[in-house]
Amino acid sequence: MSDFALTGMQSGAAKTERARVLAKLSFHDAFFRRVTFSAAFTVLILLGGVILSLIEGSIPAIRAFGFGFLASQSWNPVTDNFGALPAVYGTVVTSSIAMLVAVPVGIGVAVFLTELCPHPLRRPIGMAIELLAGIPSIIYGIWGLFILAPFLQQHVQPALISIFAGAPGLSTLFAGPPYGIGMLTAGLILGVMVLPFIASISRDVFDTVPPVLKEAASGVGCTTWEVMRHVVLPYTKTGVIGGVMLGLGRALGETMAVTFVIGNAHKISGSLLAPGTTISATIANEFTEAVGDVYTSALVELGLILFIITFFVLAGARLLLLRIESKAGA
Amino acid sequence: MLPKFLKRAAVAALSLAASAQLAFAVDISGAGATFPYPIYAKWAEAYKKETGSSMNYQSIGSGGGIKQIKARTVTFGASDQPLKAEDLEAAGLTQWPQVIGGIVPVVNLDGVAPGDLTLNGDALAKIFLGEIKTWDDPAIKKLNPKAKLSSQAIAVAHRSDGSGTTFNFTNYLSKVSADWKTKVGENSAVEWPVGLGAKGNEGVANTVANTKGAIGYVEYAYAKQNKLTYVKLANKDGKVVAPTSESFQAAASNADWAKSPGFYQILTDEPGAKSWPITAATFILLPKQPQDAAAAAEALKFFGWAFAKGGKAAEELDYIPLPESVVALIKKSWAANVKGADGKPLAAAN
Repeated sequence: MSDFALTGMQSGAAKTERARVLAKLSFHDAFFRRVTFSAAFTVLILLGGVILSLIEGSIPAIRAFGFGFLASQSWNPVTDNFGALPAVYGTVVTSSIAMLVAVPVGIGVAVFLTELCPHPLRRPIGMAIELLAGIPSIIYGIWGLFILAPFLQQHVQPALISIFAGAPGLSTLFAGPPYGIGMLTAGLILGVMVLPFIASISRDVFDTVPPVLKEAASGVGCTTWEVMRHVVLPYTKTGVIGGVMLGLGRALGETMAVTFVIGNAHKISGSLLAPGTTISATIANEFTEAVGDVYTSALVELGLILFIITFFVLAGARLLLLRIESKAGA
Repeated sequence: MLPKFLKRAAVAALSLAASAQLAFAVDISGAGATFPYPIYAKWAEAYKKETGSSMNYQSIGSGGGIKQIKARTVTFGASDQPLKAEDLEAAGLTQWPQVIGGIVPVVNLDGVAPGDLTLNGDALAKIFLGEIKTWDDPAIKKLNPKAKLSSQAIAVAHRSDGSGTTFNFTNYLSKVSADWKTKVGENSAVEWPVGLGAKGNEGVANTVANTKGAIGYVEYAYAKQNKLTYVKLANKDGKVVAPTSESFQAAASNADWAKSPGFYQILTDEPGAKSWPITAATFILLPKQPQDAAAAAEALKFFGWAFAKGGKAAEELDYIPLPESVVALIKKSWAANVKGADGKPLAAAN
């Protein structure tokens, strides 16, 4: 608008000067746009490259085993016969245990920190939680192997076995012998590891709830529980689910800590106390010494499967959020 | 365990720091087996002091060592699993054993001290097959009439990573048990019928130390450092032997190296009254016609120096030097096999 208004009054020299500045500005803008666009596009290219190289690396294994790879329990480097089922099973079971532990505790911690905790304690407890997230996974692995596993073996697992000995279903779930390391131990360690993600993200989103909403609810006679249940959680569910999914993503891919405590046996066992393996633990254990094309390729294909599982988990989370949002809109 | 670990770390750090200087000397690079890494690093440090030439060894595992030397990206490769003569021929490589170690079954049983328990190959195979499930099994009792054995369940511990140790251990079980050979077989990683997998020698040592009723197999050095309860074994001659330097050396000298092309000789289940049945050599792989003849010649000089002067250092780290007779054979094979572009041997046979 101003351009138009000013045209008549400007001399020719000023006009070219102005055009030059504008051109320069638009050049800057275009440059900036291209840089940011190519940064964003690089991510897509990288992701595509990862998928392509995973697929390319898995071709010998896909040729050798086909879809049977997903259903086979065999993992035999001597005869070059491989199957992914035990690793997939272990990944799913340990991550599920981790989420069972971490989701209620993590959200509980966040509720306590935002609603119930005395003010002077909030910062130290909050920082302790974030510190938990900063501990390298190998440390969790060593702690699990030296402290948690012997403790579980001597005190917790014998008790679990004897308590559930007569119960149908549960007796197979908690069948001995108590090794200390196994799928339950791995799941518990994973739970501790993802807990800080869920707790700190939930706390951050709980803090975004406008105080006036909570005050209003309290004003009409809601208890703290009712405020959490009917005001804070519905207001923040997108964020909380995001935090849970971030934790789940980490649990699915976590390698070092799991390798230390899961027992690394390519077997599917009904008992949670038995040793098992996960996709990432198998890859970490065997990649360096895998000789032979099919062996290496089977490990790469495991990687591809983990990629696909993670992709579907995240896509599922997006869908869930979309449905929640559309319901809230209606 | 810790002081030794620190010592090894310090050795590695020193050899790294040392390799930064004196760039004018011929440098050798090697990659492969993790089991001999501490002694190779120690030798490299001493050799550097004497000659100024440095040796840089990456312990990436036997499989990795074989891959790298086949691709000629290093001067030499190292593997706990020897290549067969035809594989050597196909890849244009020569190979020889460099140093010897022993693999020892270890257990964690209340009231059983190191050396109290005796097993034979058959019982060991049945335990690892999951056929013997408790410690008071008649087969174990028969071998140990005096030991107090309870009905405790046996927890089998094995390596979860691919490993030369596993190769030698499963090779032994395949030799002594037809069942093992057909059901499981031998490799650096196998499909274990039972048990827990732990990463590395230290992982297995820890699992056994922490699990009541456990049995596992580790390199002798790890059993010694962690003060684990080792098991005596009945050897091929039916004699019960303890894992000692002498019994490892006995197995090495009883092997018929002269008749094995490419020194393809796995030292498990060797004859001889004193032989430890699960003895293992770790091997060096070198191209027959190296692209970098100067580096290869320097590598031969280094390994010759190690044979001549490295024995004491090896023993300090619980490795066993090769017998003199075998070293003489190895040096002859160098002269015959490793040649420069002009067709002349890179090492003199002496």
